[in-house]
This record gives sequence, structure tokens and C-alpha cells, in this order.
Amino acid sequence: MKYFRLVLANLGRHRLRTVLTILSVALALFLFASLRSVTTTLAATAQFGGARRLVTTNATGLVFPLPLAYGNRIKALPGVTGLSWANWFGGKYGDGKRFFANFAVDAESYLKIYPEIVLPADQRDAFLKDRTGALIGKRLLSQFGWKLGQNVTLQGTIFPGDWTFTVDGVYTPTDPAIGDDVLIFHHDYFDERIGRAGIAGWYIVEIDDVSHAPAVAKSIDDLFRNSSSPTKTGTEREFQATFATMWGNVSFLMSTIGLAVVFAILLVTANAMMMSARERTGEIAVLKTIGFSDRLLFALVMVEAGVMALTGAVLGLGGAKLFYPAINFNGLGFLPGFTVAPSTLIIGALVAIGLMLASGLAPALRAARLPIVQALRHVE
Amino acid sequence: MALVEIRDVYKSFQRDTQRIDVFTGLTLDIDAGSFTALMGPSGSGKSTLLNLIAGLDKPTRGTVRVGGEAVSEMSASQLAAWRARHIGFVFQSFNLLPVLTAYQNVELPLLLTRLSGKERNERVKIALDVVGLADRADHYPRQLSGGQEQRTAIARAIVADPTVMLLDEPTGQLDAKSSQEVLALLQRLNSEFTKTIIIVTHDAHAAERAKMVLHLEKGDLIEKPRATAAAMR
Repeated sequence: MKYFRLVLANLGRHRLRTVLTILSVALALFLFASLRSVTTTLAATAQFGGARRLVTTNATGLVFPLPLAYGNRIKALPGVTGLSWANWFGGKYGDGKRFFANFAVDAESYLKIYPEIVLPADQRDAFLKDRTGALIGKRLLSQFGWKLGQNVTLQGTIFPGDWTFTVDGVYTPTDPAIGDDVLIFHHDYFDERIGRAGIAGWYIVEIDDVSHAPAVAKSIDDLFRNSSSPTKTGTEREFQATFATMWGNVSFLMSTIGLAVVFAILLVTANAMMMSARERTGEIAVLKTIGFSDRLLFALVMVEAGVMALTGAVLGLGGAKLFYPAINFNGLGFLPGFTVAPSTLIIGALVAIGLMLASGLAPALRAARLPIVQALRHVE
Repeated sequence: MALVEIRDVYKSFQRDTQRIDVFTGLTLDIDAGSFTALMGPSGSGKSTLLNLIAGLDKPTRGTVRVGGEAVSEMSASQLAAWRARHIGFVFQSFNLLPVLTAYQNVELPLLLTRLSGKERNERVKIALDVVGLADRADHYPRQLSGGQEQRTAIARAIVADPTVMLLDEPTGQLDAKSSQEVLALLQRLNSEFTKTIIIVTHDAHAAERAKMVLHLEKGDLIEKPRATAAAMR
């Protein structure tokens, strides 16, 4: 502790440089935590899904709908205990700058099949009875300042026109992956407005036993194999994973950028530390003359690097941990449940320690190995 | 027995392909409580001799003993600990740490001891008082004059009560008045506190303050140690 004043005095030698170095470490770790959190949030979303829920989509691709008539045929298959369907709507609200997901669902079956969507019973009843009603996630309430019972108008992008809904209920998801910024409304109303096209974007199939999933999925796909719209059925987790896979390259890109940023900052920090140590060649020689051992000087330089790296880490990682919940960040709805996971904080802390070792080691070794007489000749 | 014993010391440096022999069998004794001035032209080996006594450098051959301990045989870590206990070194250009106050600079050698904060505080205050800078304790080196900086450096050298004080041209960067103040202080440390002092200097006036003058030329003592007028007083 008695040496800490010396460490602080050295850090205060070039305050601006020290502050900028700490801020660059903080920024690097903030970016690292942010980019990694995108990846972990996507991975967590891909893990979402009830084990007894299957999702059936058009085999050609998710953007192609399926006939609504498939529902009854799927429901009749052995092992199927429940069925619901949904359709991506893609409406925008206001200037559309603040995006949120919205889709039409078969309300009663949908709420039954997704017990993770929790809302008061009276609101649930009101929604089920109101053909033009909508359910919204609690985040939308605070984000747009909407109130229960208020009319909200979305502009259709895929299905043109103004679509006005009454906010009948506000739900709170028990699983963050389900998203608390989604608007859902009645599929029946949707189907009516688009002229009874009889389409469903995807089916959600509840099965009696997890072990029957492959067999039920196969029997669904076999049923429509030779139809005009063949299906592709998988577990809900696989369905979520396809979304995550769409982000796969983005995740890789983000991880790579994150590492590149950390590496670049490492070079900056190492350079600052080296400069600082080089400037003090004479002083290090004087300290050695006084009796400071090589080991002690090595430790002092390492502690200096550590103070900078760890202060930066606390600011960067702590900042990321506090910042995103404070602004309710969810990546425009694409990253529901976005959070800086403990694993990210741990890896970030390890990166900071690595940063400390990498940036401090060279100057610390230099200080320790400095030949006194030669160094004194520079200053005398 | 002499405090500093230099026996048949050889020291050579390699500069590019050329070998420079500084000492070729130097033998010398310096007594405890003495005030010795090392004089001689540049390149005569004065500073090298000081570095050898301080354990900052090692002889190519021969032994250097201080207080009975073979400095030339010690490892780097042993030397660091030994210097902390036995050597007070003063440089020509003061070499105070600019980020520390006079007090903190003087305290540096005591950080290496087991003294408590209170004990360190007492010792630093005494050292600053001895050099007449008790009222400058909180000043940074840039706020001190050259003479005051050198007196702070002397306080740093004496604070741990070393066995021997080594000074390399301590008045080399000072004006006449400050030089006199520093030299008077050294004389006082030697006479009042019986500090053993070895000073390297080009300045004949400075050497006159010492009790003994040694003349080096090309690594050899060119005349026997000579007592000065100061020694007669």
C-alpha cells in the first residue's frame, strides 16, 4: 500500500494521456461487451422454445405462406394436442423509425399454446372478445406512451392500408426471448381485411410427448409432400435457430470486429505504457540506485498497467451492463431480452487482465532489466 | 580496518570493438568517518570508482568491500537490498522524481524498510530539517531552486542513515552560493553526524572542504592520499 502513492503519482504524470488510455480501454471493452451480447442474445433466442412445440412453415421459405386449410388436417394427426397459427404483418407505427414486431395470430389458441405470455385475466378476455383488439408487450407501453384502451394505427407495408387496433391488454413475457415489444392482433380480422386469402405464415403445433417430435414432424411434412405448398416442420428451437442462423454471419462479423477493436486498443495501451516507461528510464535508474529491486520495479510498472486496464474494464463493462437496461435496448425488436450476460463480463475481465499483462509486461521487464550505470549516463 | 577496501580492481569497458581499461589493479582504502574527495580529469575513472563502491557496477576483476561485505560478489537482488541499507547516493543533476514532493522524494528509501508510516514521517522531517528544508516539504522539485533540489537529494541520501554517502559532482550544476551551502552541509554531516562521505568533484574549492583528496588519472592514483586544510581544523 505504501507504494501505491508512487503508482498514482506516476499515473498522474501525464493526466491527459492516462485518462485517454483508460477511456480507450473502457471504450474497447464496452464495444466488446456490446458486440458479444448481440451474439449471446441471439444464441439465447435460438435456445427458446417449448420442447412440446413444433413449427411448420412453407418448405420453400419462411416468406411463403401456407393455406389456412392445413390447420384442421394437422390437428387431426396422432400426437397433436394443440394448434395455432400466425402471420407476419410488418406494419409500422408513426414515422416507422422505432421498429417493433407485429403479427396476426389465432388469439385463443395462441395464448393457450404460449403460457409464457402472461397478462391479467380481464385484459385477456377483453382482447379475445374484441376483433380489432391488440395485445402489446409492456415495453411498447412505455416506449410510445400508449395507454390501455387506446386506438393505435399501424401502416401496413406488406398488406397496405391503415390498420387501427384497440390496446386491450399488456403482457409480460416470462421468457425474455419471447420479446416484450411485440404487438399481436386477431388473425381473423387480418384475414378479413386481406379478402379472406386464407393464409397462415406458420403453424405452431403442440404435441403430446417430446419423444414424438420427430415422428409428428415427419407425418406433417409427409401429409403435404405432394401438395402445392409442401411444409417443413421442426421443433420451435430449430425454428428460432433459423432466425439466429440468418444472423450467423453477423455474429461472426461482430465477434471479429470486437476482437479487432480490443487488439487495436491493446496496441494503443501498450504503446502508451512503453512511452511512459521509456520517459522514466532515468528515474527507474535512480530508484534502483536507492535500492528498489528489479522485482519491485517490475511489480510497480505492472500495477500501473493494471490500474489503467482495470479502471477501463470497470468503466467499459460496468457501463455496458448499466447502459443497455437503462435505455431498454432491444435492437429495434430484433434482439428481445438483450442483456450483457455474466459470461461476457467474466470474459471482458479476463480480456482486461490480458490487456494488463500484454501492455505492462514489456515496459515492466524493461524497467526490471535496465542496467543502472548505462541508464544513469543518459540522465547525468 | 578501512570502511571501503578496494583490492587489485580491474575494470574495463567494451566500446564497439575497442576495449577501454579504466582500472588496472587499483588498490585503495577509505576509512570510516572520513570525508574524501576524488579528483581527476574526465575519463580518469572517478565516477566508475564511485559506481563500484555503490555496487552499481561490478569490477572485471578484484574485490570491493564496504563495511566488511564483498560488494563485488553480490547478486543484483542482494545489491539492491544492500544499497538500500548502506548507500546514500547524490547525483550531479539531483535526480529527484518530479511527480513527488520534496517530502515524498526523501521518503523513498524508507519505503524499502519495515518502518511504520509514523516512523517514516519522523525520519523524513528530521532529514529535511537537517538540510534546512523543513518548510519546503510539500514543494515539488520544479518549485525548488537548484540548491534546494540538491539539499533535498542529500536529505534523501541520509534519511535511511546509510553507512556511506557517495556524491557524484554534487555542486556541478549549482551556482557559487548554493555550492557553498551544499558543501557546508556535507561538512556538517561529516563532522556532526560522523557520516563517511566520498565525493567526486572537479572543483578544487569543493575538494578543499574534504579531509582527504585522492587524485586519479587514467585509472591510477597519481599521488598518495593527501590531507587537506579541512582535516587540520
